[in-house]
Amino acid sequence: MNSRILKKYFPFFVMPISVCYLLAFLIPFLMGIYLSFTEFTTVSNARFVGLSNYAALFSADDNFLHALGFTVLFTLVSVLTINFFAFLFALILTEGIRGTNLFRTVLFVPNLIGGIILGYIWQLIINGILIRQGVDITFSATYGFWGLVVVMNWQMIGYMMIIYIAGLTSVPVELREAASIDGAGYFTTLRHVIMPLLVPSFTICSFLTLTNSFKLFDQNFALTGGAPGRESAMVALDIFDTFYGRAGSEGLGQAKAVVFFLILAVVALVQIRLTKRLEVAP
Amino acid sequence: MIGKKTSLILTLIMTAVCILFVLPLLIVLMNSFKGQFFISDEPFRFPNADTFAGWRNYTAGIEKIDFFRSLFYSLFITVTSVVLLALFSSMAAWYLARTEGTASRLIYATLIASMIVPFQMVMFTMSKMANLLRLENPVGIVVIYLGFGAGLSVFLYNGFVRSVPLAVEEAAQLDGCTPITAFFRVVLPLLRPITVTVSVLNAMWIWNDYLLPYLVIGTKYKTIPVAVQYLQGGYGSRDMGALMAMLVLALIPIIVFYAFMQKEIIRGVIAGAVKG
Repeated sequence: MNSRILKKYFPFFVMPISVCYLLAFLIPFLMGIYLSFTEFTTVSNARFVGLSNYAALFSADDNFLHALGFTVLFTLVSVLTINFFAFLFALILTEGIRGTNLFRTVLFVPNLIGGIILGYIWQLIINGILIRQGVDITFSATYGFWGLVVVMNWQMIGYMMIIYIAGLTSVPVELREAASIDGAGYFTTLRHVIMPLLVPSFTICSFLTLTNSFKLFDQNFALTGGAPGRESAMVALDIFDTFYGRAGSEGLGQAKAVVFFLILAVVALVQIRLTKRLEVAP
Repeated sequence: MIGKKTSLILTLIMTAVCILFVLPLLIVLMNSFKGQFFISDEPFRFPNADTFAGWRNYTAGIEKIDFFRSLFYSLFITVTSVVLLALFSSMAAWYLARTEGTASRLIYATLIASMIVPFQMVMFTMSKMANLLRLENPVGIVVIYLGFGAGLSVFLYNGFVRSVPLAVEEAAQLDGCTPITAFFRVVLPLLRPITVTVSVLNAMWIWNDYLLPYLVIGTKYKTIPVAVQYLQGGYGSRDMGALMAMLVLALIPIIVFYAFMQKEIIRGVIAGAVKG
């Protein structure tokens, strides 16, 4: 199509989605940045307070830093465990064993279930186990932490496994054969032939589990609700609580949200950089 | 490549893993037939003559949260948003890919930048905006979903459009097509594979979404996740039986969807993995 003719059609093709984007996302986003420097309860009564919200969120009497620490630790453990199991299962399910298709289908199921539903399913199971000790998941943040790790693993292993399988099936068979002719054992071939070729898959899966774990809300909300106290609240839940749990702290909530966004933006930029570099590498 | 014996052992191991994976779902199913006071204490025990509740939990749960109303809201919002997202995103993505100007590039970059913004960043201001524009109903919320879904959808369509040869469109133009007829008659049919991918991803997201519908329409119109949460948190004493039954009912549409669309879903999530 000729660009000059197309120009007239801009309103028809681009306006519908852009207007929705502007109203639902872009204006609220820009307003959000502004409001993080103010104190407000309804948007219209905002009063400029400079950086005091940011100072408050880093102070010791706020839960934000605790939530951030909890989230970082949770993310670290989740990324490692999910990718370990997902890669392991992917290796097994590319060996052509009996039942491969069924296994793949079943392992992926939890990924389709929404976070709220997942949270309640596991609350039943975990509390059913803990009741033998006479407690439940809200007894200690350690239970909440490991409960969340289990839920996250259950949900994401199947998904990451699918991506690893896609990577593994694209490794040329000749390479494996050549390695075995050269006398390399299974683990040598895995370590020195297969894994280097899967670096793109590892990158995708690491970042996907990282961002999903870091942004987790629904599962946290349903499984522990942050209990005991606010000890098992992750960053997203802490922001939610700040907005809707204490009147008058909306500005603080918005400042926390901006910090949350900035952290994720840095992660995304690192990912884009890394992915680009890997594409260039031979 | 591996021996028969190893193969058998691996099959056994994976069978055990899969049983472990479906067990939580089966336990919920089993408990949905037990009386509400026999669930929390003994979730791993089968129902017996004393604890069996028949369909009582289901009727109680359906009544308490008005399940079929929620099902209708969830279906309506998901289907409408998914269809309109595919339509409007493909239009925009095609247009932006075919016009090489600063404005086009800027709009595209702005749209896809939203993919890295966490929901908490905009949730408060967005709900105020929805309130201001009177979007607090199942039709209005579609506008919000169009705005939030635009980034990923336009991004995926844009990548695909770049692989569609220009010659097809030029031929259509020579045949007297305007850009509009060319897009709908010639381009859109060619975008079918990516339309399926985009729609599967959006459907999974919107169907399971909790916080957005809770904040925008949650007090009046409860989608299924909001209704389930309400059942759990909205009462002084919670009815575990009704909760179990509603979890089962919430799972059924997902399992049915998966059974019919398995291939498309798997292809979709692999394509969507790039968003990070």
